[in-house]
Amino acid sequence: MDDLLRILDFVQKRAEQAEVFRVSSQTVSVDFEANRLKQTQYRESTSVALRIFKKGKVGFAFGSGVNDVATLVAMAVETAPFGPSANFEFPSLNDYADVAVFDSEVPKIAMEQMAELGSQLIAKVKEHTPELLCDVEVTKGVSSVHLVNSRGGEARWDRSFFAINLEGMLTKGTDMLFVEDSEGSCRFITGVNILANRLIRQLELAKRKTAISTKQLPIIFTPQGVASALLPPLLFAFSGKAALEGTSWLKDKLGERVFDTKLTIWDDATLPYRLGSCPCDGEGVPSQRIPLVTKGEVTSFLYDLQTAALAGKKSTGSGRRLGDRPPVPNISSVVIDEGKERFEDMVKDMREGLIVERLIGAEQGNLLNGDFSGNVLLGYRVADGNIVGRVKDTMVSGNVYQVLKEIIGVGNEARWVDGVFLVPHLYCPILSVATKT
Amino acid sequence: MREQFAGILSRCSADYVESRFEQSQATQISYRGGKLEEVSRTYSSGGNVRALVKGGWGFACFNSVDRLGSYVDLAVKQAKLTRGEEFAIPSMEPVVDMVEAPVKDNAADTPLVKKKQLFDEYNDIILTSPQIQDSRISYRDVNRKVIFANSAGSYIEQNKPDLTLRLTAIAQGNGEIQQAGLSLGSVGDFSAIENLHDEVKEVAKRAAALLHAPQAKGGEYTVILDPILAGVFAHEAFGHLSEADFVYQNEPLKQVMVLGKRFGGKHLNIVDDATIPGLRGSYKYDDEGTPASKTYLIHEGILVGRLHSRETAARMGEKPTGNARAINYLFPPIVRMTNTFIESGGASFEEMLGEIKEGVYVRNWYGGMTSLEMFTFSAGEAYMIQNGKLAGLLRPVVLTGNVFVTLSNIDAIGSDLDMNQGGGCGKGGQFPLPVSNGSPHIRIRHCVVGGR
Repeated sequence: MDDLLRILDFVQKRAEQAEVFRVSSQTVSVDFEANRLKQTQYRESTSVALRIFKKGKVGFAFGSGVNDVATLVAMAVETAPFGPSANFEFPSLNDYADVAVFDSEVPKIAMEQMAELGSQLIAKVKEHTPELLCDVEVTKGVSSVHLVNSRGGEARWDRSFFAINLEGMLTKGTDMLFVEDSEGSCRFITGVNILANRLIRQLELAKRKTAISTKQLPIIFTPQGVASALLPPLLFAFSGKAALEGTSWLKDKLGERVFDTKLTIWDDATLPYRLGSCPCDGEGVPSQRIPLVTKGEVTSFLYDLQTAALAGKKSTGSGRRLGDRPPVPNISSVVIDEGKERFEDMVKDMREGLIVERLIGAEQGNLLNGDFSGNVLLGYRVADGNIVGRVKDTMVSGNVYQVLKEIIGVGNEARWVDGVFLVPHLYCPILSVATKT
Repeated sequence: MREQFAGILSRCSADYVESRFEQSQATQISYRGGKLEEVSRTYSSGGNVRALVKGGWGFACFNSVDRLGSYVDLAVKQAKLTRGEEFAIPSMEPVVDMVEAPVKDNAADTPLVKKKQLFDEYNDIILTSPQIQDSRISYRDVNRKVIFANSAGSYIEQNKPDLTLRLTAIAQGNGEIQQAGLSLGSVGDFSAIENLHDEVKEVAKRAAALLHAPQAKGGEYTVILDPILAGVFAHEAFGHLSEADFVYQNEPLKQVMVLGKRFGGKHLNIVDDATIPGLRGSYKYDDEGTPASKTYLIHEGILVGRLHSRETAARMGEKPTGNARAINYLFPPIVRMTNTFIESGGASFEEMLGEIKEGVYVRNWYGGMTSLEMFTFSAGEAYMIQNGKLAGLLRPVVLTGNVFVTLSNIDAIGSDLDMNQGGGCGKGGQFPLPVSNGSPHIRIRHCVVGGR
């Protein structure tokens, strides 16, 4: 570990301020393709990211599998003259409130156990639909994160994760059905029943095919639907960076009621054992529970150190590092508070409408404006309060700010989607649905 | 290094073993909020081992090549755990080759100052255009050196330079935000993205014009696709279906994708070709050491081929096509496209347009996605067509459809084939893989356009 301090020492001699961020990780994944065990993968990697202040500018370099510190430092020095102004200070903290993100069971799990979980899952789903072809990925991993900076700041933590992803495909001639769900957190997943049952429910609802016509219709977004259709255009707007630059549609709406009063949305990096959680962000700022929307009112944007300094705000602990890039403001886990409506009652309430389970391509719309438009990969038509079957060849288009301004109901059961979104069903009054005539 | 690989790989108890070792250096530059936001450099080194035992694969990747022997053991152990249905990996003559890819005006050797100066100019052009709120420029160049060796005795060294540039103009007015963009790429050649000042100006103008453009009414239309978007269609809608790893274990899909079956009119030819010099999807050997090839997917409307790795070729009893690619050493190679395009036909743009009473002309690329059967992709520009004439700019539209129906609904193919170098393909968590795609203008009947 002290080699990180040695790197820091080396860098400090060549720059005014410095920060070194290192992640070492090991992951194992067991992959099934078309119901059969296909491949086992092991990944081991160590990366070091270097940020320096030199002559009032920020330089950045990233190295993976590289022991050559001198080259890395030279790269950071090379970029500094072109970098942004060093307008902030690295935090001098070295003590953080504990956020549980490590399950000591995870490192002990053998590849054989992971393969067994995958087999059980496939067997259970195929009991319902024997012709289904399943791709399953069971993944576990542990990583050690260590951050030091020249102001004496230091953070380090270990994290674990365990995830199962299940994709099912059913082909009849040129008609294809895709069902998909996943579970993932920092903890070992002992049973596969919850995941299997969710998939079986999708298969059950999609059994019958039905047609829908081009018109304006009310839509119930399932938790997966909310995550695939509504969140991509929405979350972008809460970036403090987008707000500062003026590209966020919400930039001048802090304190305004923009959404339905039934909507309260959080970004929360402190939830125990969640994939987005950590004691501090990638810059050493402590994690927080940030209210993005409170009863329909826009209550906060997400900031990292640099954006906060430019905007005259405080960092919200949202400086996230993605791959080989410097930190930028981004989400951790996004939570939409549960409402009162049961899903069954939402369906009963509909004379004619659509349930959207998954949209593909939603993020291709004009995200800046909140527009989204996607193909219904999995969705069901509702007629007179009953789910009648699956729709195909159908596009749903809308604007997230118009859709969420007045909503009919918020579901009473939120669930985790993709390991980072805890969201309920949302029942929206009217969206544009286009289909083949 | 060659001897070290050969020694270790030949000793292990697996049906087949291969190893890749890779070093890369990259430069990223991005502009946002009207100014240079980030310049960063990346340096990466690592390798992997893949072992095959009775039809099952084990894969291990690592940063340090020092313990190669122990990673080979781990990969073999994993492969044994995974073993199942055996297949005979196609025998291949061992290849020993050092491939030099000479790059004209290599971006890796271009000083940062020169890059910054060019992007400053483009940035100024965008920002000084009327009604522009913001600009985005995202640039990356990378130089990768990849060494491949396998237990059959192959040893190949290849350089893989790559470069991408995306420029976006963001306009604002009347509470609306609209954007227009330009995506470019080259095989590391920096001069390919110089002298584009006029094009950049057009992008900024278009973003502003979109503020006043109406949204298309959702529904079914006759559409004309420009070469860029038609290329995306060839890639997204049909190309992915031609990837044999989607097909070989799926009996019903195999019945659909039977070679010899008609998918379109006699005028329709779709090709994947990694052997064309100077395109971003080109190479001499794929990441399994198989020589690259030109593969007709559709010839005169008939399905005649598909893209293979060595495993999918063996399992389907067809020939390897050299399409196994990995984005970097962290991933095993999977079946991927290279340069995918629709060949030129004989129709002129004016003829296609003249026959349309009401339709949409879609240009440029914004994004695309497929679920094999269903595709969706978005156009950066759209124009209404009325009575055989272009009748005004529309907001960007998203097109969607069923690939099988849509291919047979292509009723005219132009003669102006053009390759788009600005794309990046994603599959199985491996994104963005350098590819190119292209087409002449094409016309499609009965295409669903999303809108209000």
